[in-house]
Amino acid sequence: MGKYYDILAQDVRLREGLKACMNCGICTGVCPAAEFYNYDPRQIIVTVQSRDDEAIEALLKSNTIWYCGECMSCRPRCPRGNTPGYVIQALRTLSQRLGFFVESEKGRQQLAIKRTIGQHILDKGYCISPKLINPQLHPEQGPVWQWIYDNDVDIFGRFTPNYGTEGAGPVREIDPETLGEIRRIFEVTGGMDMYNTIEEHSRRKAREMGFDDADDEYFMEVYRYNSNNH
Amino acid sequence: MSKRYSWNEFQKEIADDHYFYARSCIRQNFFPGSEQAFLNIMRNDLGKDVFEDARHTSCTGIGYHSDIVPLETIMTVVARQFALMTEAGYENLTSSCITSFGIYTEILETWKEFPETLEQTRKSLYEATGRTFEIPKNVAHTSDVIFHNREQIAEKAKLKLVNAMTGEPLRVVEHIGCHYAKIFPSKGVGGSEFPYVLAGMIESWGGEVVDYPERRHCCGFGFRNYLVQANRGYSVANSRKKFESMAPYKPDFIVCNCPGCTMFLDKWQYTLAEMEGSTYGQDNRGIPVLSYEEMAGLVLGYDPWELGMQMHQVDVEPLLDKMGVDYEPSSKYLGKKGKFIGAPKSAIVNSSPAEKYYRIKR
Repeated sequence: MGKYYDILAQDVRLREGLKACMNCGICTGVCPAAEFYNYDPRQIIVTVQSRDDEAIEALLKSNTIWYCGECMSCRPRCPRGNTPGYVIQALRTLSQRLGFFVESEKGRQQLAIKRTIGQHILDKGYCISPKLINPQLHPEQGPVWQWIYDNDVDIFGRFTPNYGTEGAGPVREIDPETLGEIRRIFEVTGGMDMYNTIEEHSRRKAREMGFDDADDEYFMEVYRYNSNNH
Repeated sequence: MSKRYSWNEFQKEIADDHYFYARSCIRQNFFPGSEQAFLNIMRNDLGKDVFEDARHTSCTGIGYHSDIVPLETIMTVVARQFALMTEAGYENLTSSCITSFGIYTEILETWKEFPETLEQTRKSLYEATGRTFEIPKNVAHTSDVIFHNREQIAEKAKLKLVNAMTGEPLRVVEHIGCHYAKIFPSKGVGGSEFPYVLAGMIESWGGEVVDYPERRHCCGFGFRNYLVQANRGYSVANSRKKFESMAPYKPDFIVCNCPGCTMFLDKWQYTLAEMEGSTYGQDNRGIPVLSYEEMAGLVLGYDPWELGMQMHQVDVEPLLDKMGVDYEPSSKYLGKKGKFIGAPKSAIVNSSPAEKYYRIKR
């Protein structure tokens, strides 16, 4: 009893985010995810606070912990000074470290985020750049974005002489030395381990699900599939 | 407790000059003209010193809040930004992104609350890069800095946020973005209860702030809820809730603090028109969505296309006409060498005739 709680308590976000919950439910009342999904942050706090290993393991393997949008609207509202959003962050980190995230539809999506945003940070020094926002994967961006995507050099060129080249300004190319520093920071601080863990467990799960590997087909599956049962 | 004292906790100290500038992943991609406008306003109109080091990077906040980047990693990336600031001789940091601003304030508070995390970050940064850093004296979002200078901008104003035909103040919806003050209320102007950073600009420049029921609701970004295609219903549903709530108050435009919110409240109006035929705005052609830099730029007489307003999905021309902005409509679609590069395909949230393609829900 309390094995998972003890690991979670090593995360400062758990220590900061969960003091003592009195179950008033104001976090659920203000939560945008609770309004959209079958989701109740109050219940998550109850489960973590119980220190029940079986219940926490079920949570770590569930869709439930992946619904939160981390808007942190819960934080200023809790009368006890808890932050359910921080508890979610600690749970998600542990779920990935233990490989439990691949056991849920929403958890498996971490691979898609790692391969888009995560890889882009290492390659470009920014979470996104214009060519990452491919209109085929982002139809919601509309015709003006398609126009920008097709005419990027001309459009960004109105605002900076350094579009896609080194130097100051928006959407510049980041120099290789800086990218090397960012990569070393990821290596030294566990960022690269987290990326590798996500890849490794996704490979295992992909094969289990009948895919050849965590290949492009698996990527598109986790990126697009919605059971509509949330 | 005197009345004056009771408001102290809602005040924020904002440095007056000499800023180290950090760009935003989303703002530089979708609103590069806004970042340029911030620098132009600060340097050319207000005579302030803003320094940009080309070696700074993303804070990795989008990765952190979608849980692929560990806390230890983002703390060290942020420490590297502080190291560049320290090396350049600056003490005040201003960030162009609300997610980053939330990250900076959260990390600084974490280092205070859990000093062992600061010690570990210093070690990790030195091991990875050989760099050391000082903690910034002041951290402000770029909107804080514009807010701080709002009266000087009002003195230099070429235009006001007023309907040029009727003389009535424009009705403005302001959206400050969750991570500006919900994480650390004391770090935002007005806190999370009375956010005043955008409302202060609107009032100083002649506009009228619209209050509406869902004013403080999230735009719906929700990080992984937008980044993964299967989850985007969450994102659009939350924006829809806001549009439905604000529409009866007939705003002339929306102004946003956070680059993500600016993009979503603009783009989702197109998506909702496509998905369910719903359009918002006084003429059913969408509600223009501006960044605060664009709002300040228009007030100061900047050209709307130099501000990058052609990159919006919802056309801004109806607003420009209302304000009496002197602009050249045909310059909207010029490339960097001044040649016409073609126009985007029309949509209902564009002012050009396209009704026949859509069913307008009234």
